[in-house]
Amino acid sequence: MLFQPAIIALLLAAGLAVLMLAGAAPFAVQVIRHWDIGSGSERQLALERRTYLFSTLLAFVLVAQLAALLLFVFNADRLAAMFVGAMCAVGTLNVNAWGFPSLLMQTAVFFLAAMWLALNHVDTLARDYPLVRIKYALLLLLLPVLATNFWLELKYFLGLKANVITSCCGSLFSGEGKTIAAEASGMGPGPALVLFYAGLALAIGAALWHWRRASRLSGYATLAASAAGFVASIVGVLSFVSLYIYEHPHHHCPFCILKPEYGYQGYALYVPLFLATAAGLGAGAIQPFARIASLRAVLPRVSARLAGLAAAGYTAFAALATWFVLHSNLILIEH
Amino acid sequence: MIELANIRKAFNQGRHNEYWALHGIDLSVEAGKVTAFRGPSGSGKTTLLTIVGCLSRPTEGRVRFKGEDISGLPERFLTDIRRQSFGFVFQQFNLIKGLSAVDNIILPGMPTGRSRRNLVERADELLDQLKLGHRSRARVEWLSGGEQQRVAIARALINDPQVIIADEPTANLDTALSREFLAILEGFTAAGKTVLLTSHDPLVVESSAVHRVIGMRDGRLTAD
Amino acid sequence: MRPWLEKQLHLIDFTLASLARRKTKNVGLLLAYTLIVFVLASLSLFTHALRSEASYVLAGSPEVILQRMVAGRHDLIPPGYLDKIGRIRGVQKKEGRLWGYYYDPVVNANYTFMARPASEVADGTIMVGSALARERGLAPNNTISFRSYAGKLFGFTVAAVLSPDSELLSADLVLLSESDFRRFFEYPEGHYTDIALSVANPQEVRTVAAKLSAALPDSRPILREEVLRTYQSLFDWREGIVLTVLAGAILAFAILAWEKASGLSAEERREIGILKAIGWETGDVIRMKVWEGLVISLTAFLLGGIAAYVHVFHFGAAVFAPVLKGWSVLYPRFTLVPAVDGLQIATLFFFTVVPYTAAVLVPIWRAAITDPDAVMRA
Ligand SMILES: Nc1ncnc2c1ncn2[C@@H]1O[C@H](COP(=O)(O)OP(=O)(O)O)[C@@H](O)[C@H]1O
Ligand SMILES: [Mg+2]
Repeated sequence: MLFQPAIIALLLAAGLAVLMLAGAAPFAVQVIRHWDIGSGSERQLALERRTYLFSTLLAFVLVAQLAALLLFVFNADRLAAMFVGAMCAVGTLNVNAWGFPSLLMQTAVFFLAAMWLALNHVDTLARDYPLVRIKYALLLLLLPVLATNFWLELKYFLGLKANVITSCCGSLFSGEGKTIAAEASGMGPGPALVLFYAGLALAIGAALWHWRRASRLSGYATLAASAAGFVASIVGVLSFVSLYIYEHPHHHCPFCILKPEYGYQGYALYVPLFLATAAGLGAGAIQPFARIASLRAVLPRVSARLAGLAAAGYTAFAALATWFVLHSNLILIEH
Repeated sequence: MIELANIRKAFNQGRHNEYWALHGIDLSVEAGKVTAFRGPSGSGKTTLLTIVGCLSRPTEGRVRFKGEDISGLPERFLTDIRRQSFGFVFQQFNLIKGLSAVDNIILPGMPTGRSRRNLVERADELLDQLKLGHRSRARVEWLSGGEQQRVAIARALINDPQVIIADEPTANLDTALSREFLAILEGFTAAGKTVLLTSHDPLVVESSAVHRVIGMRDGRLTAD
Repeated sequence: MRPWLEKQLHLIDFTLASLARRKTKNVGLLLAYTLIVFVLASLSLFTHALRSEASYVLAGSPEVILQRMVAGRHDLIPPGYLDKIGRIRGVQKKEGRLWGYYYDPVVNANYTFMARPASEVADGTIMVGSALARERGLAPNNTISFRSYAGKLFGFTVAAVLSPDSELLSADLVLLSESDFRRFFEYPEGHYTDIALSVANPQEVRTVAAKLSAALPDSRPILREEVLRTYQSLFDWREGIVLTVLAGAILAFAILAWEKASGLSAEERREIGILKAIGWETGDVIRMKVWEGLVISLTAFLLGGIAAYVHVFHFGAAVFAPVLKGWSVLYPRFTLVPAVDGLQIATLFFFTVVPYTAAVLVPIWRAAITDPDAVMRA
């Protein structure tokens, strides 16, 4: 393992999240077993008070996770100097087999925590805590996910050995490879452009539709379109947005745009994209409960607001990406 | 306005020191009137007020406020109802030391999201009505007992509640100040507010400002 | 949106007032917090500055250095060796270098003597590193004599003191002409210490190194990127070690924060009870307390961060310098180039704010669930 402060910090944060949730698990079980909203018994009152702790805890995990995700990528980029052949985060993540799974897992934890918080939020708006059991069951399911995340991170960092020869964005995203990443980057700028804007238009459209109508159908559509929009956005970044930022016709890399050489433009792109996707997924995740009597009035309001946020985020992302492309000196497609 | 049906309240339920403070209270409180609970210490008056005022939930029984059953509501909603509809005056005044009179008065308005300007304006108005306008920026610990109580009353009124709840309001006041409090009480009735109070002060329970006196003993109501 | 914002403003208002009311209690915590931030930030700023210093210095050094090995030990480059290399694609320039160490008994320090072409350093003159100049009280045009290993005394005129821009590697450097160098060390004519090659394309460095090894099996190529990597990990490793030592301090701080947050005074408990009774909800109290934590964290972060910046860049990290540098007896006095980056700030955040928040979460919640009817039973 490289003995390095940012790595220690990341392991600390991931370990802390697992520890906190594991410590809370027995109480989650109690809530599932003994919850009785009609009762005024002291046990019920105690359980209700506990729910405040869980919401606060999860909000903390979510914020820490978002920060950790940024730090993880930031640090991977910085560590590239340690590995032969690594020019950016891709090279560092490729040093062993655990790098990319760990990154994906962190992203997943972030989105799952966001969906849980959306569920939690609508539940607190209803007068009878209709989702409490579901919520705490899901919380128990989140625990192994967080543990896996920690384990993957540990595996990855323990397996980091300096001077390993790794392959970087040049080969992974070369367009000639057989991997999914290579397929995505190898897509011609024309089709990629169409896919990118179509995906984002779909996501923004669905989100706006749901923002206006707040129906169950539009909610599910927002969920699906957000997931699709996220994928389309990443493919778009890989296949052409990054090229315009680098002003280099063959440098497909989703990470180099985070470097100071490119003015940290990547953060400006990824932060709205991640927030929008989290909001869109959240809006969809609460739809199965739209028919519950006590939620019928409040749920559509919340999910409409989330969809509005998603639409705004995707629009900001699309506008920024377009701006980067238009202000670039690179020409991929002749007008 | 407020209806209680078979209210029971236990403390330390299921433990060796389990104690039932209320044993099945049935009661209907009329709007716009002053109702007083009288009874020996430990008879459950305060406990009853906390249940009526949504400060705690009954162990058993139903509470209806303006026709709506609120007994099983989670804390968040009880608090919502409480801060919109109830104002509290406590025996110990319970002001926060180190803050000015106005800063104490606006505390219940903070979670409602009203702007500070708006709240401070209203607080000054209330202090003027209570003839305390000149001390509005003074720290509360520099005020006399009577002045502190008027600050506490202003605080109870900041969200313009329909119901005022006062637990032993005159226990820390001398006779002159107690009479002043009764005058304020009549002002509440004139403004159409409902008042619930506990007291074993004859000056209060025998005053004409109080419309109804209910006796309590051992967690049960006795005759009016 | 508007009421939500107003509400947060109220909560911040109340928090600031209540912090001001409990100055003495909070000052202790704030001091400990600031100290932790200060120590960690100094550490991180200092190692980062050393790292950039090293890469700055190495940026000017050749991409590949070739040493000749005899019996596994570094030996002189014999005459004609340079020509054996021949033409290698990608190599722009190759030259023999002459350098060595000299022990100065006057100040008990090792200097690095390096030969430069006569066009840069005239015979009889030297250029010296700034730390050395300071240590021996040298200024341009002064003369100094060194006794060579052979026992002969040599006098030199100081032509210039090297700029202190990057002192780390040049501090103990003495530059002299090639013929002076050979006479001083009695270095055999035609021999060199090693060979420097410059390679323009970083992608080709490894290929060049492979070709060199193949052409001259008794040689060892040293790549600049590898040296850079070694420095990086050396600094990382040192920072990590100090951090581990400091882990105890972070833990102690978290425990202190936990204790402060759970050990509410009777007065604070009463205040929270009052707030709950008059219409604040558990969530409102938690939010208020979270704002309090943020205010404290931010203050400590700013104070500690600024103090660390001053400490490192104006006082040369007086506290840490001995632990973190020190591969030379002659400590360069630093005027480090101020450099701060996001990674450091983010890492610092994880080592201070995250443990603090984790430590106070449960106590905050405990305080916030005070029963609203508690104040009626005083
Ligand atoms: N939190 C509590 N835990 C245990 N017992 C309590 C608690 N609060 C009140 N009691 C008991 O309930 C009874 C009624 O109390 P209270 O309502 O305060 O009476 P009153 O206001 O009429 O003097 C008392 O015997 C008191 O000791
Ligand atoms: Mg009482």
